[in-house]
Amino acid sequence: MAPRAAARLETLGFTNVYHYKGGKLDWMASGHPTEGENSTRPRAVDVARKDVATCDLKDRLGDVRERARATGLEAAVVVDGQRVVLGLLRAAELAKEPDLKIEQAMRPGPSTFRPYVPIKEMADYMDKHNLDSSPITTSDGKLVGLLLHSDARQHAEGCPDCARPMIYGTV
Amino acid sequence: MATAIDRDRVQELVARDAQLVEVLPAKEYEEDHLPGARSVPLRDINQESAATLDRSRPLIVYCWDLA
Repeated sequence: MAPRAAARLETLGFTNVYHYKGGKLDWMASGHPTEGENSTRPRAVDVARKDVATCDLKDRLGDVRERARATGLEAAVVVDGQRVVLGLLRAAELAKEPDLKIEQAMRPGPSTFRPYVPIKEMADYMDKHNLDSSPITTSDGKLVGLLLHSDARQHAEGCPDCARPMIYGTV
Repeated sequence: MATAIDRDRVQELVARDAQLVEVLPAKEYEEDHLPGARSVPLRDINQESAATLDRSRPLIVYCWDLA
């Protein structure tokens, strides 16, 4: 759309025209602020629990379970040394045999979501896909926090649907 | 032909007084837009809307993504 708009403006006599090829998605994915109605409403990043327990593939499940409980959450996120998300431990995984290594117990490759997604869209998506919790990551996969369904639903109260869905393509 | 630019170049040009124009539908602009951007939806680009833009300054247009 932007290249066509640029071309049209050139036909109208503009001679110094550029098109930002990454667009608004690239801008928000890089963490830059926007203006508009959504800037005053909560997004995934605002509601995600930043204190979620994290662990390594080689950790012992029983130890991670204790750390998760200390945060008050029945969940922990498996990350590498750069905090890239590798897996997720929800209540069912945390309840497994305590001597298992995390690598054996985790739910690998969980769907992750970007920080800028409006909380209403997150809550609706989590409803539809029956997700208790979902990792929020940067576009290069680094953990920002864990969004709980209950938190998302609470903060979505009164928020409208948005014209532009932002979750598609999120993996 | 217009030049395709990346985010860093957008910031450089805006710092040098370029105009930012979002060409998505107005409702999407109302929800989220780059700081300082104007809304001129693609279908509304014509002589009249062009007259509201400054021809002496660089003009950066953007939409949602690469499309």
